[in-house]
Amino acid sequence: MKSSVITFPGSNCDRDIDVALKKFGFNNKMVWHGDIELPKSDLVVLPGGFSYGDYLRCGSMASKSKIMQSVINFAKSGGLVMGICNGFQILVETGLVPGVLLRNKYLEFICKNVFVKLDNKENAYFKNLNKDVLELHIAHNEGNYFCTKDQLKEINDNNQIAIYYCNIEGKIEDQYNPNGSIKNIAGIFNKEKNVLGMMPHPERMIDQSLSGEDGSIFFKNLLNNIK
Amino acid sequence: MIEVSEQIAIDHGLKSDEYKKICKLLKRTPNITELGIFSAMWNEHCSYKSSRLHLKKLPTKGKKVIQGPGENAGVIDIEDGDAIVFKIESHNHPSFIEPYQGAATGVGGIMRDVFTMGARPIANLNSIHFGSPQHKKTKNLLRGVVHGIGGYGNCMGVPTIAGQTSFDSSYNGNILVNAMTLGLVKKNKIFYSKATGLNKPVIYVGSKTGRDGIHGASMASASFDEKIEEKKPTVQVGDPFTEKLLLEACLELMAGDSIIAIQDMGAAGLTSSSIEMASKGNLGIEIDLNRVPCRETKMTPYEIMLSESQERMLIVLENGKEETAKKIFDKWNLDFAVIGKTTNSKNIELFFNQEQVAKIPVNILVENSPMYDRKWKKSKLPKKNKIKNEVLNKLKIKDVLKKILSNQNICSKEWIWQQYDHTVMGDTIQKPGGDSGVVRVHGTNKAVAASVDSSAVYCWAHPLTGGKQVVAESWRNLISVGATPIAITNCLNFGSPEKEDNMGEFVECVQGIGEASKYLNFPVVSGNVSFYNQTKEVGIKPTPSIGGVGLIKDCKNMISMDLKEVDNLVLIIGKTEGHIDQSLFARTILDEKNGPPPEVNLFNEKNNGESILNLIDKGYVKSAHDISLGGLLVAISQMCIKGNKGIKINKLKNLINEIEYFFAEDQGRYLIEVNKKDLKEVTKILNKNSVHHEELGIITQNDMIINEKTKVTIDELRSYYTNWLSKYMS
Repeated sequence: MKSSVITFPGSNCDRDIDVALKKFGFNNKMVWHGDIELPKSDLVVLPGGFSYGDYLRCGSMASKSKIMQSVINFAKSGGLVMGICNGFQILVETGLVPGVLLRNKYLEFICKNVFVKLDNKENAYFKNLNKDVLELHIAHNEGNYFCTKDQLKEINDNNQIAIYYCNIEGKIEDQYNPNGSIKNIAGIFNKEKNVLGMMPHPERMIDQSLSGEDGSIFFKNLLNNIK
Repeated sequence: MIEVSEQIAIDHGLKSDEYKKICKLLKRTPNITELGIFSAMWNEHCSYKSSRLHLKKLPTKGKKVIQGPGENAGVIDIEDGDAIVFKIESHNHPSFIEPYQGAATGVGGIMRDVFTMGARPIANLNSIHFGSPQHKKTKNLLRGVVHGIGGYGNCMGVPTIAGQTSFDSSYNGNILVNAMTLGLVKKNKIFYSKATGLNKPVIYVGSKTGRDGIHGASMASASFDEKIEEKKPTVQVGDPFTEKLLLEACLELMAGDSIIAIQDMGAAGLTSSSIEMASKGNLGIEIDLNRVPCRETKMTPYEIMLSESQERMLIVLENGKEETAKKIFDKWNLDFAVIGKTTNSKNIELFFNQEQVAKIPVNILVENSPMYDRKWKKSKLPKKNKIKNEVLNKLKIKDVLKKILSNQNICSKEWIWQQYDHTVMGDTIQKPGGDSGVVRVHGTNKAVAASVDSSAVYCWAHPLTGGKQVVAESWRNLISVGATPIAITNCLNFGSPEKEDNMGEFVECVQGIGEASKYLNFPVVSGNVSFYNQTKEVGIKPTPSIGGVGLIKDCKNMISMDLKEVDNLVLIIGKTEGHIDQSLFARTILDEKNGPPPEVNLFNEKNNGESILNLIDKGYVKSAHDISLGGLLVAISQMCIKGNKGIKINKLKNLINEIEYFFAEDQGRYLIEVNKKDLKEVTKILNKNSVHHEELGIITQNDMIINEKTKVTIDELRSYYTNWLSKYMS
């Protein structure tokens, strides 16, 4: 399976996701933000980091970079596009997924393990996953997901919420919300479910000696689903 | 142009006799640009004029040392052709004036020092010290510094894996921010700052030059007074995004063979970088200042030379490689300019609008820089306090434990390190909160451990002992995670060298550091000195920070402090004599600030540490933690909290008072967890090596049972330990 990871100036999780994808059998290529053509891919990943320094709104400059037109076309034609952390912020800025990501509620960068509950397995990302709660890792300053009431209704109606912050048992409560996201939302899909944006980093959970193995489960399953 | 006079020289921070020396060496009066250059090169921060004499005595060599002090950072061998480049540096003065930018640029500066040598930064650490929690500035300073460190390191994508935070009223007017970085490089791809060859192009890359940070290094070489707020413009402004680009561009260029020498523009900017490269190569250098990319208009030669704008590098290239190099910097959207060349004149020659605006022999600036043998006062070892048993017997262990675990200098610092990305790069195998941070060497099974320590109270009570103790503690923190200690970097934070007391503290701390690092074969490979950490007449407690680095050959042998298994035994390694003076217990519970610090027995340190490494190698150690600030009961509490397990402590056989036993800060001690079945073998090895050891107790499902009358639940321990800082900051 072929994957592409886009490197923007300021991306800093591009190597990590490259390592993860290769570890689980993807044939991954790194793609420069200034390129125009996207290589043939089964999956495109927008990695974490601080694209263009995030000096404007996070992700907004990157959403306008040259390669993004190809990524948007790829997504619109049904290709799988996954944005992690800054990648999620970029997706929001392109409009591929609805909503915005605000500064964390307590105005502080937060780096820690969290649990997320999967809400919808009818998609290429989570289909066949034998777990409902995953332990993943977050590291962000702007992960506070927000959208209008109308948008929220639409998101709900279309089953677009991918993952919620929760506790180890899958309880979705305020106290398990690390950043103030509306409805504890940690990740969402586009309507068609081929585009996924999420704040947690599965690529940091691929080794027991690091933080844990739930990222491995995610990637193995993803590869099988795409095959 | 301003006419230079002695008064102007004094306004630049030079002493009257230093100015006279300049005129004599030049055989004329310097112009204002030249005077600026002298003041930048001859200030304390750049010239080490008060410290050089004493730093020379530190042991800097060893089998594993590839590069000792004198370069941008030290380099050690970690086998298989790999090397670690590391250094710690202070950014104290700017951080007090503007905490966010001060701390951020401190982190940026130290990372630049490391990747200048060709190494990709793989871990950041920091040692930060604030005034009393009750002081009105402390909260804002702490918040600003933490945001600044996170803001820079997180954006760079380098994990912050360990650190140290303390509070003491001696930092009320002078906080300390020491930042440390480790980088990974192939042994045969290390870059140095020594320029060689004539007529080689001198290249400027990175950000444009602005008026920020002019005289930053001079500011860091003076004491604070009530006009401190006026110094804000001397603080640099950081741009981590540009530094990230600079890092990638430099590493890309370094992969080829274009670079002869490279030096980052840190303190004293273009001045010190160009002069250092020329001086090391015994060459001259010629720069056309009109070619320096500037951010602001009408910058004068004086301003261009003294700007401390961040994220800039100076490179001497091989002839004909300009185009190759330019392509890379264009790709990363960074400025690239050929600004000069190397010459055989042995002068630094600056041109502006076709006129020569400065010409100074390089050796005058470097070799002839002042060096002082400052007067210093020797410290006496304070007399021991006699603490009456009646006083101790009145105390309830549980109350004391609660107070000490929730003390600001012991309690969990999670509120801080949760704001630092500590997992990016995917190799952090021991997160902050342990004895050392540990990162895997990417793509291998080995790992590097690093820790940063300081014990200002001990250094204040008796500098010689304190200096030794900090090195020993660094050594213990590495041993506790299963790493073989290799080398250290030091950041020496002191008051004014012009005061005999402060200078004495410096001299004797350095002596202590030297003795310990020599004995433990733990050489000093890099470092920095920060004097004048004082406001008006009051200096900080002497605070040498030691950054230690060690190697874990097989990640599987890494040890953490969390208790692993019920029914395992916990052993105390090293002897508990009951030394209470200068302990956290003495200061917070007895309100006793006098007395000597605990004695450091280097033979025991080495013997105990090496024996534990031996036990770890054999697979006998399930968890380990060194016993330091707060004493035995604090150490075991932390192990219980992290492992979520309890312990039943054995009845004391020791003759000393129970309180002394639990809260003494005797050195050279560790706690290790071993399986019952291995006890015999472990005891045999320890006895053979003459290591003092005793059984503390047995691990249980829950509750710490201290004696027949005292039981503390793990939840209670956790609430004592974890709540203070987040409550304080909310």
